[in-house]
Amino acid sequence: MTIENLQENLIEDFSFFDDWTQKYEYMIELSKTLDKMDESLKNDENLIKGCQSKVWLNADFKDGKINFIADSEAIITKGIIAILLMVFNNKTPDEIIKSDVSFIEKIGLKEHLSPNRANGLYSMIKQIKFYAIAYNKK
Amino acid sequence: MKFDVKNIREDFPILKKQINGKQLIYFDNAATSQTPTCVINSISNYYNNYNSNIHRGVHSLSEEATEAYEKARKNIQIHFNAKHKEEIIFTSGTTHSINIVSNGFLDLIGENDEIIVSGLEHHSNIVPWQMMCKKTNSKLKVIPLDKNGELDLKEFKNLVSKKTKLVFLNHVSNALGIINPIEEIIQISHSYNALVLIDGAQSAAHFKIDLQKLNVDFFTASAHKLCGPTGVGFLYGKKELLEKIEPFMGGGEMISDVTFEKTTYAEIPHKFEAGTPNISGVIAFGVALDYMNNLGFENIRQYEDKLLKYATEKLKEIDGLIIYGDVKNKTSVISFNISGIHSYDIGSILDKYGVAVRTGQHCAQPIMDHFDIPGTVRVSLSFINTFEEIDILQEAIIKAKSMLS
Repeated sequence: MTIENLQENLIEDFSFFDDWTQKYEYMIELSKTLDKMDESLKNDENLIKGCQSKVWLNADFKDGKINFIADSEAIITKGIIAILLMVFNNKTPDEIIKSDVSFIEKIGLKEHLSPNRANGLYSMIKQIKFYAIAYNKK
Repeated sequence: MKFDVKNIREDFPILKKQINGKQLIYFDNAATSQTPTCVINSISNYYNNYNSNIHRGVHSLSEEATEAYEKARKNIQIHFNAKHKEEIIFTSGTTHSINIVSNGFLDLIGENDEIIVSGLEHHSNIVPWQMMCKKTNSKLKVIPLDKNGELDLKEFKNLVSKKTKLVFLNHVSNALGIINPIEEIIQISHSYNALVLIDGAQSAAHFKIDLQKLNVDFFTASAHKLCGPTGVGFLYGKKELLEKIEPFMGGGEMISDVTFEKTTYAEIPHKFEAGTPNISGVIAFGVALDYMNNLGFENIRQYEDKLLKYATEKLKEIDGLIIYGDVKNKTSVISFNISGIHSYDIGSILDKYGVAVRTGQHCAQPIMDHFDIPGTVRVSLSFINTFEEIDILQEAIIKAKSMLS
């Protein structure tokens, strides 16, 4: 599926929720689906700065696609990571660079985009795009 | 006067605001206090009626503004019981005040000198001293905390010596609400001829401070923690000390004579007030102090103590909730975690219930390191809060806990 299709699916999934509790419960569920990140990868190099809860993001480039693995101390942040990885994992750098991230707003998580929330969503997206730009040159 | 919270809340228009469809419950008073109508009105009154630059104009408006500005200085002098009016310097807040002192002593401190800070400090009372020590090659020493988070006075007595030139600490810890034994620390420091700066950012809103009785050398507080506007505060310094130290900001207002060869600084307080100050903010600060004095600091303290006691009991009923700095001598701040849950998650869910708290390190990373935690949830109560709001907080925490466990 393309990044755009995956984003549309997510927007549809989230549109069924009546209130924020269902949305948060879904994110908490999603957080449990994340692949376990090896402790050795939770190093300073993979640490995303500026987040209130620690967030680690590791990227590997294989067969033309980027494989991301990430983790956080906070469960809601982990849920957000899960959403991002559902969209961006195993995609080519070119697809990632060209992708639009307005789906975050459309699934009603705009508040997490505010720099004040310091939960790392903003920095995570930036980091994902950085990796894509870096690998695109290879 | 009866302390009627219901009536007092009417003075704060923001308390009618809805957050996420719920009535706002504001428990972030230690970050900034809310603003009563009289303070808001004083700012618009200034711009509507007498906005003009102070101290220089010969016209009536300028005189009116200067008079109001200087009246605020007098208000602050009286409230904090400073000996002289010119010992009150208006600044943009405590951080600015601390930097005036740390820069002012650059020429008076050398490589054999030592500076002591407490382990309970906000980053704003750590970083300026580190910068100063780096520039002067002096040594920075830290008063350690005991297991409850209180300053270890015995260790302080070991640290202080004839080499100690300056001692800096907050009156009340912003992260934990612990009240430090500043009277004793000032007395001990003075016996070694060391000067003391007290950061009153977290204390001035909770009790009346008598600067002459404390015999402190420097003191600072911010208006926005005292029902005043943001971007205004003051530095108090003993007259002879303020006269001794160099200003670090040059500009208009702070000079008496300027040629390209040499500038003579103005007398205090103007020496430290370069540039056009936050005139409306300073005037509003004075109004805010009047407002709080009208409520009565003794009444405020008594009511906040009751709120703190009630909230502490209510939160302790929650399984797995750990309070940090749960000591006898503290202001109405509760810093806590729930085992196995990150403070950020709790804060995010509380926000959905309209409850505003602060989460994270509270700009006091060394304290978090002391307890070996990434952060806490901080509930900071003030006289605008009610017992019913604490009940809602307890319910919201229980709901958050069940969602997150």
